[in-house]
Amino acid sequence: MPTTGFFTDSTVCIGCKACEVACKEWNGVPHDGFAWTGQSYDNTGGLGHSTWRHVKFVERVRDGAMAWDFSSDVCKHCEHAGCLEACPTGAIVRTEFGGVFIQPDVCNGCGYCIVTCPFGVVDRRPDDGRAFKCTFCYDRQKAGLEPACAKVCPTQSIQFGDLDALRGRAEERLRELDARGITDAVVYDPRHTSVGGTHAIFLVRGNVTEYNLPPDPEVPTTVLRTAWHAAALASVSLLGVIVIAFLVGGSLLAP
Amino acid sequence: MEGTTDRPPGDREARLDRLREDAAQRGAALEPVAGYYGRPLLKPAIWTWEVPAYLFIGGAAGICAVICLVAALSANPGLARDARHLAATGAALSPLLLISDLGRPARFLNMLRVFKPQSPMSVGAWIVAVFCTAEFGSVAGHLLGTFTGTTIGRMCDAVAALAGLLLATYPGVLMGATVIPVWNRFARVLPWHFAASSLGAAASMLELVGNRESALNMLGITAAVAVTALAVLTDFRRDPVSKPLVSGSSGMMSVVGDAFSGPIPLVLRLAVSLVPGARLIAAAFAVIGSLMTRFAWVAAGRESAKDPELVLRSPSR
Repeated sequence: MPTTGFFTDSTVCIGCKACEVACKEWNGVPHDGFAWTGQSYDNTGGLGHSTWRHVKFVERVRDGAMAWDFSSDVCKHCEHAGCLEACPTGAIVRTEFGGVFIQPDVCNGCGYCIVTCPFGVVDRRPDDGRAFKCTFCYDRQKAGLEPACAKVCPTQSIQFGDLDALRGRAEERLRELDARGITDAVVYDPRHTSVGGTHAIFLVRGNVTEYNLPPDPEVPTTVLRTAWHAAALASVSLLGVIVIAFLVGGSLLAP
Repeated sequence: MEGTTDRPPGDREARLDRLREDAAQRGAALEPVAGYYGRPLLKPAIWTWEVPAYLFIGGAAGICAVICLVAALSANPGLARDARHLAATGAALSPLLLISDLGRPARFLNMLRVFKPQSPMSVGAWIVAVFCTAEFGSVAGHLLGTFTGTTIGRMCDAVAALAGLLLATYPGVLMGATVIPVWNRFARVLPWHFAASSLGAAASMLELVGNRESALNMLGITAAVAVTALAVLTDFRRDPVSKPLVSGSSGMMSVVGDAFSGPIPLVLRLAVSLVPGARLIAAAFAVIGSLMTRFAWVAAGRESAKDPELVLRSPSR
């Protein structure tokens, strides 16, 4: 099976939010409240248990005029996924397409995946009790279809396909934009970090931090070794302190 | 059309500038925020009160199991029995608290369908399972009182003591190996903090139920010294990541909890010859302080997740 991916080219996104709607419709995702955020035309806010696609509206001044940069965000489907490593029930698995998938019939809602996702994507649905996030339309991919968001995107801002081909296309697009004088575009695919790259890559203009994309996302398993070493050392010290206390103050080894 | 549309664009910009100036003078201008409208980048833990309560009860029970084994080996059956009963009570409460915190409590057994060393939550579930089974065997064996029963009980005591050591320290790994900045930064310190805090709570609980062994007082002093030192290490540093440990409601809980389980019992225990009853007061402080620090660390994690700057600006480890 080929490793599939998303390439979201924000330079052609028109902020129509069709991806948000198509995702909700296909996956039967419930509404998650309605609130005026006052943050441009973004009243979705962020990814969550019931928002698996989210269009960001970044407002800025460019060439002396107000400019909008839209970017459709999604679960990154990390190469080394914190949620997948952390899941204690084995509910979170990697699919044959390389995506990260939460099996809803196994998840018991412990919530540990939520605090191990470096992108703040996963969350627990309060009225359901289980954790939810983008499934990468696993059902559609199995049937040979592209994910609903990519299918519906009217400007091909969301592209779906073979991950390596998409990476090539992103670099090509970067060169094309550069040739046209748009030099502030960058490709977000953190392959230099412990996340090891993502299966959803993005091309955005400006600084990635303006889109809440962490420049150095780290999978928390990187601290496991030092943390367990500390726990082992602390355990041995505990035993030692207790034995010594009873040797000195008690009657351990006394007849 | 009338009104603003037929004004020249330059006029509009000038009006905007006047508005900005006016806002700045009144102090109403918005500060530039980090990230995307300053929205949180990370999701906070959804843990409710059950988890910090479990962290306290499980840790103290784990250390009680160790004290039980050592007391039994040092021919102190009275202390061993009290320690066993406290450990068993903790073993009975811990799974109840953990299961009720699940989104789907009926599926709690799914925790035991895999063993994943790379997941501290999975390792922890197995530690809890082993500890609870051993405590059940220990209590049942000793209740039976026959030679076979007592032998099984003693074997279970040994298993419970080993599992108890891990039960008291693994929560540090569980919280450290997350993306929550304040937990992640102190991944190396948290296991020691949980160990020291649990030790203080366990020794103090045994004193409060009527044991007066000097060994328990020594353990109380050791724990208080360690808690104080670790609090200095985590709380008082010029690192924005430590902020929720010293300010806001989580900081209040953290500082008071550290004071209650560190310096206050330390001074009281050292002044035991001057102040009558100081030992029991110290024990009560240590137990309350230990419980408070658990709630404080969980609350600090919630605050820490709200600040996108910690993730966007922090240099990679």
